[in-house]
Amino acid sequence: DHDMVSLQVNSGTKGLANNASVRFLGESAKVTYSENILGRVFDGAGTPIDRGPSLSNDPTVPIGGPSANPMKRVLASRMIRTDVPMIDVFNCLVESQKIPIFSVSGEPYNQFLARIGIQADADIVVFGGLGLIFDDYAFFRKQFEDAGVFPRTVMFVNQASDPVVERLQVPDMALAVAEKFAVEDGKRVLVLMTDMTAFADAMKEVSIAMERVPANRGYPGDLYSQLARRYEKACDFKGSGSVTILTVTTMPGNDVTHPVPDNTGYITEGQFYLHSGVIDPFGSLSRLKQHVIGKVTREDHSQIMNTMIRFYSGGRDAEQKLSMAFELSDYDHQLLKFSRLFRERFMDIEVSLPLEAALDLCWQTLAECFEPGQLMMKQ
Amino acid sequence: SPLGDHPLIKNEVVYIIPHGPEREGKPREYLKAEVLRVRGKSAEAQVFESTAGVRIGDQVIQSGDMLSVALGPGLLSTVFDGLQNPLAEIAADHGFFLPRGVLTNPLDTTRKWAFQPVRKSGDMVQAGDVIGTVPEGRFEHKIMVPFSLNGAWTVERIREGTFTIEDVVATLSDGQGKTRDLTLVQNWPVRRPIPDRLVSSGRAERLYPSEPLITTMRLIDTFFPIARGGMGCIPGPFGAGKTVLQSLISRFSAVNIVIVVACGERAGEVVETITEFPHQSDPSGGGTLMDRTVIICNTSSMPVAAREASIYTGITLGEYYRQMGFDVLLIADSTSRWAQAMRETSGRLEEIPGEEAFPAYLDSSIKGIYERAGVIRTGDGKIGSLTMIGTVSPAGGNFEEPVTQSTLGTVKTFLGLSAERAYKRFYPAVDPLLSWSRYHKQLATWYETNLGSDWVAQVEEMIDLLRRGDEVNRMMQVTGEEGISIEDFIVQQKALFLDMVYLQQDAFDDVDASAPLPRQQETFGIVYRVAKHAFDFPEKDEARRFFTELTSLF
Ligand SMILES: Nc1ncnc2c1ncn2[C@@H]1O[C@H](COP(=O)(O)OP(=O)(O)O)[C@@H](O)[C@H]1O
Ligand SMILES: [Mg+2]
Ligand SMILES: [Mg+2]
Ligand SMILES: [Mg+2]
Ligand SMILES: [Mg+2]
Ligand SMILES: [Mg+2]
Repeated sequence: DHDMVSLQVNSGTKGLANNASVRFLGESAKVTYSENILGRVFDGAGTPIDRGPSLSNDPTVPIGGPSANPMKRVLASRMIRTDVPMIDVFNCLVESQKIPIFSVSGEPYNQFLARIGIQADADIVVFGGLGLIFDDYAFFRKQFEDAGVFPRTVMFVNQASDPVVERLQVPDMALAVAEKFAVEDGKRVLVLMTDMTAFADAMKEVSIAMERVPANRGYPGDLYSQLARRYEKACDFKGSGSVTILTVTTMPGNDVTHPVPDNTGYITEGQFYLHSGVIDPFGSLSRLKQHVIGKVTREDHSQIMNTMIRFYSGGRDAEQKLSMAFELSDYDHQLLKFSRLFRERFMDIEVSLPLEAALDLCWQTLAECFEPGQLMMKQ
Repeated sequence: SPLGDHPLIKNEVVYIIPHGPEREGKPREYLKAEVLRVRGKSAEAQVFESTAGVRIGDQVIQSGDMLSVALGPGLLSTVFDGLQNPLAEIAADHGFFLPRGVLTNPLDTTRKWAFQPVRKSGDMVQAGDVIGTVPEGRFEHKIMVPFSLNGAWTVERIREGTFTIEDVVATLSDGQGKTRDLTLVQNWPVRRPIPDRLVSSGRAERLYPSEPLITTMRLIDTFFPIARGGMGCIPGPFGAGKTVLQSLISRFSAVNIVIVVACGERAGEVVETITEFPHQSDPSGGGTLMDRTVIICNTSSMPVAAREASIYTGITLGEYYRQMGFDVLLIADSTSRWAQAMRETSGRLEEIPGEEAFPAYLDSSIKGIYERAGVIRTGDGKIGSLTMIGTVSPAGGNFEEPVTQSTLGTVKTFLGLSAERAYKRFYPAVDPLLSWSRYHKQLATWYETNLGSDWVAQVEEMIDLLRRGDEVNRMMQVTGEEGISIEDFIVQQKALFLDMVYLQQDAFDDVDASAPLPRQQETFGIVYRVAKHAFDFPEKDEARRFFTELTSLF
């Protein structure tokens, strides 16, 4: 078996005859990279699908390139404002962060991702669609066009009906061009990808076809390394630009211990947990927030964040008591009012507020519910 | 298949030279690989880097050596990858990305060191004997006769002066006309423990650990101690605080040298370490934390096979400094990523998989690495220790999985992090009802001498209080507060108080981040007295108010 090779056919093997001919090109996969890719849409093979002009004469770069040297990374220190209070106030998105939105089928995660793509202060947005149904693809495109960010956006879209093998290339293409924009042009690049569970499932499919021993629920043993190789492309390059990665990971059966969200959580720098139409402060975590809170944001940020979370947690306990028909104190009633306001004013994903306005609203909400002596905040 | 007439050696390092780059006028690439299986005239090797473009017919060079590291001055404050390539050097030569196939020198060959001999010509020496020292920062770095040398040798010549690591500082002869030049550096195969031969030839002795490693984490030092020269593990789901806890231990522990093995986790966390350590002072001596630290950085996007090697590289460096009589701490984050790297290689070799596709030798491999921790009396009568603490990242946060289980069957301290405590922001989120230390008895004499004869018994009483508090808590969840007695409520409040003021310790608080032992003893005394006091509260609200106020005093 020393002179045999295995091939993975992008478009599938349906109808292939055993006398089909094979031509070796002697090079690995590449993606077009030039100024001209901005405002364009490509499929998972890197071919434009937007009826725009051909880019076949534009330069290309290899995909799946080597890892950044850790010595060339700098410590994350700049916040990316999203105007989503559950992010900006409670779990800041930080330049060079890699972070998924953990969600479940049926939730508005794609709307949420699109909104962040539009509102985030990034130079360039690179979008990767993995197994998107046509409507979702059209939705993202229209959102980016309507909001006027399309001219600084590149889209790589593998649709649900496209070959599964091409799905595996989308993150590598998106990240290869993102990395180029960051390193060569010093741009702050935001990469959005949805849904990374579809990517992992494609990997599972190919791995099983290649008769590799599965490790966990059919997923290959290198699922962690494969995901990490992509997510670790998030980087703030010393003396140059940065790549920030925000993805969607749907959790099959809403199970966070499922191999895909589980491995993802081990890799990423936190997660935003979207369920029942809201971003839940519990279960959400930005591991990089301490690098910016109170340092590049307002002085009262840290304290107000902790106080709000403490009361919301108390509010949830009070709700629990209420549902178990235990006795409620006056304080419990205050907490109940607080948690209702908290949900309406902050957790709803439709809410859009600049950070400072959101912090002010936090103070206002506390004042509406509690006496100053109850706040237990240091002066 | 190899050129030449060398035999094929299992675990030998070979280099594959892909034809491509040469043809395109780029420098040659040397892809480092390790021979893992020899069958007749062919060998299977695991390449440590990307094999893209490698083809049948590419040249293979045999090194004749097993996977080795260079041991000598200049290791401290350096950041290496899993194969001991210096990352700053590579960044200086190659820029933003890690090229494959470059050959580097792990140690700076131009830097000069002041060598002070402690032997003179005519002296007899053997493997491991100290022939002289060089100052490496504030440490006296001992230059030792190569650990691999057989038999007794005579010092023919030895010179004092300033040398690079490649200069000859001494020449030995075996009395039969064979001579051997010594430099400041020697090589050692990472998969072999350094002390093995020294111990079996009586030139070193392994001792029973009998002192705790003081970490200044209250929860560890008081409740779940780790012996100096012992081994512990920190399993926990993602986000529970493994890395933060390990980083605290690496900063505040009373040791001389720290080896940080960043094994298959985030590069950003290493960047934090290398950004912060040069600005933080070493609690055990002068200088900064960086001065006493070696970082082995093989993070998750770096080559997977090198990740498997990285732990061995780190341990070998640790053993080397232990051999000089230093107390060394090795932390590995995460051993699960190491085990997964082993699983990937095993899968490629098509070995018969065990549970969750891990190889059947997972358990013995885990025991093999932790067993390299220990206390050693060296040939010159010094005592050195290597303490090992690994994090474990169990799939799905479930401790039943093979890596956690094998690790628990090996180590003697188990600090189990719980998602539930992390969720409540009770940091460090070590679950005190789940965790254990098997060192309590082993260290009892030390505690008796240093903290008094009541210490161990009082600690056990406090663990019991936590257990009873937990029972009351669970009762309350069913019946509500109104459904339990005031006595039970007070037990619950006492347990909560102990938890809030003693077990929890805020990593980001300047003062609380580290609690030296005398302060622990004092605080423990107070907490213990409160816990033992018979309170007489007429109502629960009053009890709650009392304990809330008491808690806020800390
Ligand atoms: N001891 C601690 N004190 C304060 N915060 C902590 C502590 N441990 C963990 N955290 C918080 O939890 C987050 C995740 O911790 P980390 O150690 O990275 O988790 P893991 O390595 O288990 O995935 C940190 O970014 C920090 O916000
Ligand atoms: Mg930068
Ligand atoms: Mg050089
Ligand atoms: Mg960690
Ligand atoms: Mg980072
Ligand atoms: Mg000593």
